Amino acid sequence: MDVIAHKKVELSSKLEVTSIAISSENKRMALEVLENTPLPTTRTEAWKYTRVAKIGKIAFTNQQAKVANIEKFNIDSSAATLVFVNGHFSEELSSNELPNGISYSLLSELKELPATKLKLENEIFNSLNTAYLTDGVQITIAKNTAVEAPVQILHILKGTEVISNFKVIVNAEKSSQAHIIQGFFSEEGDKKFCNTTSEINVAENAVLSIDKIQYEDEQSFHISTEEVSQERNSLFTINTSTLNGGFVRNNLHINVNGENCNSVLNGIYLTKNKQHIDNHTIVDHIAAHCESHELYKGVMDDKSTAVFNGKVFVRPNAQKINAFQSNGNVLLSDDATVNSKPELEIYADDVKCSHGSTTGQLDDEAIFYLRARGISKRSAHQLMVSAFIGEVLDLIKNKNVRSYVDGLLEERFGWE
Amino acid sequence: MANYTEDELAQDLENQEYKFGFTTDIDADQAPKGLNEDIIRFISAKKEEPNWMLENRLEAFEMWKKMTEPDWAHVKYKKPDFQDIIYYSAPKQTKKYESWDDVDPEMKETMKKLGISMEEQKRLTGTNVAVDFVMDSVSVATSFKAKLKELGIIFCSFSEAVQEYPELVREHMGTVVPTSDNFYAALNSAVFTDGSFCYIPKGVRCPMELSTYFRINEGGTGQFERTLVIADEGSYVSYLEGCTAPQRDENQLHAAVVELIAKDNAEIKYSTVQNWYPGDKNGLGGIFNFVTKRGICGLNSKISWTQVETGSAVTWKYPSCILKGDNSIGEFYSVAVTNNYQQADTGTKMIHLGKNTKSTIISKGISAGKSHNSYRGLVQIHKNATNSRNFSQCDSLLMTDECGAHTFPYIECKNSSSKIEHEATTSKIGEDQIFYCLQRGISEEKAIGLIVNGYCKEVLNQLPMEFAVEAQKLLTISLEGSVG
Repeated sequence: MDVIAHKKVELSSKLEVTSIAISSENKRMALEVLENTPLPTTRTEAWKYTRVAKIGKIAFTNQQAKVANIEKFNIDSSAATLVFVNGHFSEELSSNELPNGISYSLLSELKELPATKLKLENEIFNSLNTAYLTDGVQITIAKNTAVEAPVQILHILKGTEVISNFKVIVNAEKSSQAHIIQGFFSEEGDKKFCNTTSEINVAENAVLSIDKIQYEDEQSFHISTEEVSQERNSLFTINTSTLNGGFVRNNLHINVNGENCNSVLNGIYLTKNKQHIDNHTIVDHIAAHCESHELYKGVMDDKSTAVFNGKVFVRPNAQKINAFQSNGNVLLSDDATVNSKPELEIYADDVKCSHGSTTGQLDDEAIFYLRARGISKRSAHQLMVSAFIGEVLDLIKNKNVRSYVDGLLEERFGWE
Repeated sequence: MANYTEDELAQDLENQEYKFGFTTDIDADQAPKGLNEDIIRFISAKKEEPNWMLENRLEAFEMWKKMTEPDWAHVKYKKPDFQDIIYYSAPKQTKKYESWDDVDPEMKETMKKLGISMEEQKRLTGTNVAVDFVMDSVSVATSFKAKLKELGIIFCSFSEAVQEYPELVREHMGTVVPTSDNFYAALNSAVFTDGSFCYIPKGVRCPMELSTYFRINEGGTGQFERTLVIADEGSYVSYLEGCTAPQRDENQLHAAVVELIAKDNAEIKYSTVQNWYPGDKNGLGGIFNFVTKRGICGLNSKISWTQVETGSAVTWKYPSCILKGDNSIGEFYSVAVTNNYQQADTGTKMIHLGKNTKSTIISKGISAGKSHNSYRGLVQIHKNATNSRNFSQCDSLLMTDECGAHTFPYIECKNSSSKIEHEATTSKIGEDQIFYCLQRGISEEKAIGLIVNGYCKEVLNQLPMEFAVEAQKLLTISLEGSVG
């Protein structure tokens, strides 16, 4: 191996090991991984198309910062809001109360954190998040309660060479129902790094949906890992909208442990300039009689790059699984790149699994049709793009979230 | 058999024995076991090769020593001990055959059992098949040579080509699959013993199918053959390749390199029916089939790969096309059947470099028993490959609940005027389809046969007539008797 690969990461050199009560075994393991594991290179299969060397060279620090108001970031104004700046809780910007049935506690206030479900071995960013955990929140949805009002967790990055090792734990207890909105934003500063993890446990009969919006600026790095476990008869939905961010990597890992589960993963990613957006998803069907639906669509312009890697595992004895996965990409510029890798690994026979991936461009004839009717080239393009990603956008059920996303599209891509 | 069920089919598949598991009792001239420079010199001397070839081999050996075996494929096997293989084994009579009648009768019998009896074929007229028969490592007979020569077509064993057409071999060998390409290609470049060579001159349409039959006969040997097909401007050739091996309880290594060169406006159709010994019911023995196949396309040319993979304990094979010339076309049609403990990791690479290049990938996998069948493919569209087009379809059929079917496509696009489509499905035979057939008075056995045949038809249709029959026979070695 070459020298660079073995160079120890600079990432954590200026950070202090977390004082949060994570399990000592986790802490030991995470530190060991950081000590011994080189940064992944493009020779590592999971990082084949994404280079992280740039991140490894920066000695990040963690600082508290103040944000004047959250007007710009308020995705759903009807929702109870928890605000974190650089991973630290901001009491004055957050709502005082959460709806009935939902409770929260800051991780720094917990006496003891449960052992993490994240994979630490060889996972440098998970280990970084664990050992240098800034803060985070644990949300519990009480059993047998259906919470109508959404809860939103907003995270804002601010400052130069700042890192936030932020963590969200969601426990949806038996027969509960809730809707959570997550927003990742940034304000001023260069080379910011949001390294976030989520552990989401969906118990029996629970219904949980998450809308996640990523809108950090082009000078920021973002790596997020979601570890979801689903038990019997549960329903989990996540809509990821990545609309900005210089470097974004999303690892979404859904373990379907119980029967009769339904998992829905949707995503859109729109890029321009030199953005790099990488979505890695894994749906692991361990139990029988489940369904999963995955739909990711992206539009790439300028010199941007998008990566999609979707894996579906069907374990032995997980019969009667219906798993569907679809990925669509449109390249608007000759300098844009897309790398798509939809994968199926099937070890049971009575299944229906499929995946599809397409890469193409806007239909010239359709654009001609529109232009012949007096619609400007720009509007015609926009119409076509919005029709393309509209299929995914329409899956966002919360109207406020949808209109917020539309607003961001207008702001960033000049949509009318 | 009215109540023939899928379970029974699975059972039958499991119990099916290998039909080509005979050995031929022919004296062989062997090199001692092991691999070192002396062995390579020995092979080269045996083949009476020119000096440049020996140098190539030694250079490849040096490279190989520095390489490690690839481990990214979705297969598990005990790595072969490269010092425990006989790298040269030739049927004893090394004198050249003047005519068909000179061929050892026992060897003729072997060919007959393989169903490629040249005697039989000689009787046929018109569009015929010219066969080059490679046993263990040495080409033993090539038919229809004279007839082909009239058209200027060269079709002979690789070693003969090295002797008689050294410029052609030297110019093209290693241009598509460089020595340093991968572990097995390097090994092959160092120790290859024979193979086939084919050259179609400008503007010539080869009037018959050219065919090579490979057979590993001797125990403890490895087969390392090399095929080089050159289709000069505006020519056409259809090339067939078949493989069998006797039944042995050890793992034998087969590491071949196939290079296709389609110059401007040329077309090469390369079909393979691979039926190496797959190992027994318990996964004992069988051939490790680690093959590097690649073709390069010039302007307006076309390379089409068709493969029917039924044998081998472990298959690692990715016939690829480099679409270098503008408007060139690459095709890949594959049926891979795995049974018992067989493992296959196979697929293709389509590298689009030229403008308006097109590629089609149709891959059908059938897994039975405890086998694993993976499709691994790469579609890469480079920046200047404007208006490129790719369509890929990979379907997998699962027969039992202990087998696995996997799909690993890599799709990379750097061009905004290209279109790529990829779709894959995995399922078992639809109960509704069987029900539909049953309702119409078709027995379950026939229904399964019907569905499986229909499932593979798209690929089998691509095979040349002579081979299609044989391929169907091979396919149904696992499926016939149980299904249509």
